[in-house]
Amino acid sequence: MPTYPSLDIVRRSATDSPEPQIRVEQEVAKLIDVSKCIGCKACQSACNEWNDLRAPVGENTGFIQNPADLGPDTWTLMRYTEHENAMGDLEWLIRKDGCMHCTDPGCLKACPSPGAIVQYANGIVDFNEADCIGCGYCVKGCPFDIPRYGVTDKKAYKCTLCVDRVSVGQEPACAKACPTGSIMFGTKTAMLDQAAERVEDLKSRGYEHAGIYDPQGVGGTHVMYVLHHADQPELYQGLPTNPKISPLVRFWKGGAKMFGLAAMGIAAVGGFLHYITIGPNEVPPEAEAEALALKRDAAAQKQEHRP
Amino acid sequence: MMESGIGGGPLATPIYVTRYNAFQRVNHWLTATLFILLSLSGLAMFYPGLFFLSGLFGGGVAVRTLHPWFGLGLAASFFVLAAQFFTRNLGSMDDVRWMLRFRSVITNEHEGLPDLGKYNAGQKGVYWSQLFLIAILLSSGLAIWQVHFFTWTSIETQRMALLIHALAASIAMAIIIVHIYAGIWIKGTGRAMIRGTVTGGWAYMHHRKWLREMLAAKTQNRPVHGFGPRHD
Repeated sequence: MPTYPSLDIVRRSATDSPEPQIRVEQEVAKLIDVSKCIGCKACQSACNEWNDLRAPVGENTGFIQNPADLGPDTWTLMRYTEHENAMGDLEWLIRKDGCMHCTDPGCLKACPSPGAIVQYANGIVDFNEADCIGCGYCVKGCPFDIPRYGVTDKKAYKCTLCVDRVSVGQEPACAKACPTGSIMFGTKTAMLDQAAERVEDLKSRGYEHAGIYDPQGVGGTHVMYVLHHADQPELYQGLPTNPKISPLVRFWKGGAKMFGLAAMGIAAVGGFLHYITIGPNEVPPEAEAEALALKRDAAAQKQEHRP
Repeated sequence: MMESGIGGGPLATPIYVTRYNAFQRVNHWLTATLFILLSLSGLAMFYPGLFFLSGLFGGGVAVRTLHPWFGLGLAASFFVLAAQFFTRNLGSMDDVRWMLRFRSVITNEHEGLPDLGKYNAGQKGVYWSQLFLIAILLSSGLAIWQVHFFTWTSIETQRMALLIHALAASIAMAIIIVHIYAGIWIKGTGRAMIRGTVTGGWAYMHHRKWLREMLAAKTQNRPVHGFGPRHD
């Protein structure tokens, strides 16, 4: 069930007709300042608690990152990277991974079930599991590798940006729990301003490549990062440098549909036009007689050749 | 049997020639049924405007669940069919001559067309394109069968598979529309797949070489089947 009334839904998956655009809302955003993160995992715990999710006890990989990856019941994950910088110093890069809530969401574009993925006017992209058919197209549509497929219930899951909290005026659970203020929540404009200040501060501390991660290839996101190495987002466990919906997905959901329609349409209409202009190909009675004659010839030949 | 006369005179009772045996007919219609089920369920997942077709199967989850199983069934059924028709669909010089006269073919002009074996180049085209497309649809379909195989290939491979699957399916459906239309256009064809026989006149018009071969075989008391070694 969508958390907001239909007036607030600006985009629905697998729906060609336009959605209501009458309501103009402030876009919201979560700003994750990676430079302030201490890796305590309070956000991960708060996410599990608020959303009432318990991932099964996993394998010990000998590494602080736990669980090892996002999952259908792990919607946010601290990703840890030990990075040796140019001066030979160790930097511990910790990035809170989860849905980026793209302005142009690849999951929503790929989804074949009407309304199973919606985008609200405030920018939140939400899965509506009641309408999820379990095809996994969203997993392939996402440029950030975020949605996870539940093998037992065959549904896809991801961070909702705590749409149920945001819709009643609260911040997401992860932002609420963060002890260092590394996770902030507000309007997108306010978060961009905040991020700009942080970037300036980081630059004054020697992080000359500090910057905001709000990738324009997906129209900007509603979860943004402040990165100390914004020139190399890949350092943070593969955060894509220039994420965008794969051209394969775009063509599949665009040109390929047109192609299919054209191919089938031309075949059907062409057939109909052929029938009403040129007409059927009928067997004339003479042909039956010719066939009979051929049969007699064949029988006669056989007689001749009989020893 | 009545005496026949070419033009005027009482008409002969047509002779019938066996084109498909019962196994082949069942095999064909099983394939056809699965093709239609696959088309309807696949279109439901491809075009948002056709999502309502999922209602025919009991909803979106049912479509997602059933479509791959229909696909496995179709591939199995089609490959059995294709194995039986293989030798008869190998190309020959007659196909080139027929294609050079394609204009006559579509305008129902029979003058100047070569005598043909069991299949013309158009029918062979349907055979080979479906063989090729169904192989592609099967392999790309397995890659995007989320429930069982989503960890088997990379997401990038699966994106490619989704696109290829959609394009191949579109072409396959367009060809099947042409295939169905050909059955409507060329009168007397349908009974080959329904009753298993065609009239001698139909065979004389469209596949004369095959008719001669069948008559020769029959008069030699060899079993008359619609498939077997090629004699062209």
